Amino acid sequence: MGVTTPDLSVQIGSLRLANPLIAASGCFGYGLEYASTIDLRTLGGFVTKGLFMTEREGHPPERIVETPSGMINAIGLQGIGVHRFINERLPEIRKTGATTIVNICGTSIDEYAEVARALSQAEGVAALELNISCPNIKEGGIQFGCHLGGTFDVVSAVRKATHLPIIPKLTPNVTDPASFAKASEDAGADAVSLVNTFLALAIDIETRKPAISNGMGGLSGPAIRPIAVRMTYECAKAVKIPVIGMGGIASARDVLEFLIAGAAAVQVGTANFVDPFIWSKLLAGLTDYLTRHQIARVADLVGTVDFSKH
Amino acid sequence: MPVDIRARVLSNAHLSPDYNVLSLAAPEIAATCQPGQFVMVKPGRGTDPLLRRPFSVFEVLRDTAGVPTGITILSKRIGVTTNLLHQAAEGDLIDCLGPLGQPFALVDPPAEAWMVAGGVGLAPFATVLEALNAKGTPATLFYGARSAADLFYLDWFRDRGARLALATEDGSVGDKGRITIPLERELTAATGKAVTLYACGPEPMLEAVSNLATRYGRRCEVSVERIMGCGMGGCYSCVVPLKDGKGGHHFVRSCINGPVFDGAEIVWE
Repeated sequence: MGVTTPDLSVQIGSLRLANPLIAASGCFGYGLEYASTIDLRTLGGFVTKGLFMTEREGHPPERIVETPSGMINAIGLQGIGVHRFINERLPEIRKTGATTIVNICGTSIDEYAEVARALSQAEGVAALELNISCPNIKEGGIQFGCHLGGTFDVVSAVRKATHLPIIPKLTPNVTDPASFAKASEDAGADAVSLVNTFLALAIDIETRKPAISNGMGGLSGPAIRPIAVRMTYECAKAVKIPVIGMGGIASARDVLEFLIAGAAAVQVGTANFVDPFIWSKLLAGLTDYLTRHQIARVADLVGTVDFSKH
Repeated sequence: MPVDIRARVLSNAHLSPDYNVLSLAAPEIAATCQPGQFVMVKPGRGTDPLLRRPFSVFEVLRDTAGVPTGITILSKRIGVTTNLLHQAAEGDLIDCLGPLGQPFALVDPPAEAWMVAGGVGLAPFATVLEALNAKGTPATLFYGARSAADLFYLDWFRDRGARLALATEDGSVGDKGRITIPLERELTAATGKAVTLYACGPEPMLEAVSNLATRYGRRCEVSVERIMGCGMGGCYSCVVPLKDGKGGHHFVRSCINGPVFDGAEIVWE
């Protein structure tokens, strides 16, 4: 029997990714920051930092604090706005050949739809990820992500505004993320991604002040991984559309855990901060595993977790 | 373009109970590193620390033929990473990503370069002095610390031709008080001389030095230290408020737009 290279490609709605590894929003700038360091085409794709219609300055420092096996951030969605992104960044991004998913934000349903329309007319956008789950800004985002009706309404509005695949990014800061995955599916989403960060707080005991300027922030990193795996599993069981899993992935083993739990693809965020060259290591580990287990296509591994009693 | 090296520890010189200089075998970083650039360092493979920490490249090490072989970093024990760096032993492996960031723009002679260092802010100035010497630019090091015991590498700088002006908070050597005391005295006396300042140290010192430079009509480049997540521009953690020209500010990332900035452009908090 000849040795064959496993098929790593995955299908997210109408979007075909070369492999299931995606750089997570807020952890990869606008992609160009990494274009001279790694070949962006070796990733399944990357998700841009969240974009509103207009520029946002973000929160004052300190914006992050490291916590056990994790970090809390409250960047505040600093960003250049959708028009500057289209005019100043997208032409450069197109040259890299990267599969580009744009993360979109809004303070109102109309703004989400408006940002989606602007990007639908631009060349080089593969899909839209809807940020309805940022825990760090008062207005917009999470107000839609924490209410089923809000999630349904914003996804429906964006669905009407674009032909691009749309991927609502779900918050873990609800009792039952699977119901939000279902609401997204019902509203016409092509996939869902989860989890965004867990609302968290770290306190400087000497000053008795929060460690970051915004007070609370979002926890990411290996600390949250088992909870994220559980939520990914629950959502994958609840919907037919693909689930993109994330939360503390730092090795090929972690990628595989999410795939087995039911994720069709994964996103990597915090680990990219630690190691910008992690992508080739994850791909090699993934390929090794599939070869070793004689699994021809990565898609065949998705959702194969076995809960039966031994 | 940065490279990531599992750098072997060549030596770890303890300068004091808090300060150490770690020598790392990193020829690829040493070969391209410019004065004022930094590396992102992570000792150990585990998740404590999880993130890398930024360190200025202190010295570039060379073999007898002058070929770059490694770098040193100057570290002061403050947290988990600096404690591990203090304890590191010869042969240990330390992940080292770099070189990163924008370097100092060093002046050519006959202009003079005045380096201003506070405490561990000495960190970028060994490579700065070597680059100044290569240009033939006269160099002075203004160097302040708590006491004489916290001033390091004085002979190193003196042997390489730097004029030294020292200050200690306890008065054990040099001026008693902040480094701005000898700096202002010399700025007052240096009329007619072309001088550019390069500063690294605690933020209040950088603000004071930058304001002095502005008052005396001198350009001052400062190397800021921010809590940094990635060093690559990915996370937007390490921002610095720069003047936007409209009376306000905008945040720029110190990892890719800095860590060196024109002090006059920073909105000091």
